[in-house]
Amino acid sequence: MDVRAVIDEVYRTESRRVLATLIRLLGDFDRAEEALHDAFSAAIEQWPRDGVPASPRAWLVSAGRFRAIDALRRRARFDASLAALASELEGQTAAPVEWIGEDTLEDDRLRLVFTCCHPALQPDAQVALTLREVCGLTTEEIARAFLTAPRTVAQRIVRAKAKIRDARIPYQVPDRRELPDRLDAVLRVVYLVFNEGYSASSGATLTRHDVSGEAIRLGRLLVDLLPEPEAIGLLALMLLQESRRAARSADGEVVLLDAQDRSRWDHSLIAEGVRLVERALGSGPPGPYAVQAAIAAVHAEAATPDRTDWAQIVGLYDVLLRADASPVVELNRAAAVAMRDGPAAGLALIEGILARGELQDYQFAHSARADCCRRLGLVDEARAAYTRALDLARQEPERRFLERRLRELEM
Amino acid sequence: MRYLCLIYDEEKKLAAMSKGEQDAFMGEYFAFTEDIKKSGHYVGGNALQPVHTATSVRLRGGKLSTTDGPFAETKEQLGGYYLIEAKDLNDALQVAAKIPSAKLGTVEVRPIQEFN
Repeated sequence: MDVRAVIDEVYRTESRRVLATLIRLLGDFDRAEEALHDAFSAAIEQWPRDGVPASPRAWLVSAGRFRAIDALRRRARFDASLAALASELEGQTAAPVEWIGEDTLEDDRLRLVFTCCHPALQPDAQVALTLREVCGLTTEEIARAFLTAPRTVAQRIVRAKAKIRDARIPYQVPDRRELPDRLDAVLRVVYLVFNEGYSASSGATLTRHDVSGEAIRLGRLLVDLLPEPEAIGLLALMLLQESRRAARSADGEVVLLDAQDRSRWDHSLIAEGVRLVERALGSGPPGPYAVQAAIAAVHAEAATPDRTDWAQIVGLYDVLLRADASPVVELNRAAAVAMRDGPAAGLALIEGILARGELQDYQFAHSARADCCRRLGLVDEARAAYTRALDLARQEPERRFLERRLRELEM
Repeated sequence: MRYLCLIYDEEKKLAAMSKGEQDAFMGEYFAFTEDIKKSGHYVGGNALQPVHTATSVRLRGGKLSTTDGPFAETKEQLGGYYLIEAKDLNDALQVAAKIPSAKLGTVEVRPIQEFN
């Protein structure tokens, strides 16, 4: 592998960890981002000449920190207060072993997550900031995930960073007392990150493994740090969804749950997910993540699609609606009812939900309606609903799947 | 870093308290103030007279306009403040959460702008 490819790989795997540590060492998001950029510029310059260092991560942290302090000193000619800051930064981080040890780096990632998800920031900004800083998504990618303009996302991130700096939101993992309150926001954000990777928001790639992997890793860290039922439930949910990754597309085409080759499911992930679901449900009233994980576990434990326990799934959706009511949950329940009681029952529920208007622009509401119509032999209505879903679909494999369904209607 | 904790209470709710409840509420405030003096957070603080005593002034084009009432009519009214010294926002929020009015109204926490 040539050095440039190595650097690209290191950027992909290490840049967010390096950033998390640089934010702690430099005390400022923007300064740390600049330092990260400078560190990689230095790597591109030096590694081809001097070879790739034994620990690229430590090298990059040192290089970034050094260059940031150097930049402060240069700017200090125009702003005297920066000289004091440069000396302070240099003084407080004298022992390299302490600030780039493996444990400290993991802590930094958690610090970054909890800071990005601080309740003093707007909820939208928490998500945007986490996707940008922790996962390294671009503002364009975040904008697509949130169906909003890149400029809006950029503004949210800028405002959030300004508040972190100006109101002095500390760069730390909250203490035991604060932790439970702070966890909900973090879990919500982690799951959104997982979904961003599991069903990438648009374009030709159906899944972006590394982003989902990132969310699962964060989920594991959170479970280690705070084994609350919902943290465990979320990890279980992500693992159970992840277990189907290989089976949910074939030759770049979407394969729905009932058509998936179940031998391609990752049974070690399923086993781990099921164990975690039991652990999450065994401690107190179940939260939304634990219930969703339980639904995924029922699917995972069915050897064939027609042996799925739909009655149990509908029952779990009822529990979920009580814990966390939303039109999307209602839609999923309706799809489960269509399996338990037949497509006519499902269609009636789906049409009721669509009539309320909230899901009019939701692709999966129209494709679920189309599926019920297709099973009932209502070809014209199925065609109209698949066409509407196709208009709303942004991912190429999903678009091809819907086009295929449309063609099948004509046969 | 210094933060201003702006205390918003619903005056109607406070006025509707019995004498005993009002005394207990004031007692909580005295105890809280003592606590944050001991912990080193306290810089200053005052309660304000009710909003019916407020007067707002504006100077526009050299012309002074004086009006009865607060800057904005809101359900909860600014009733007092603490100026505190805190390590960071988390520290400030923990202090603010213990202000007795946090249970009844809202405490807005704002970092002080330092000019150097």
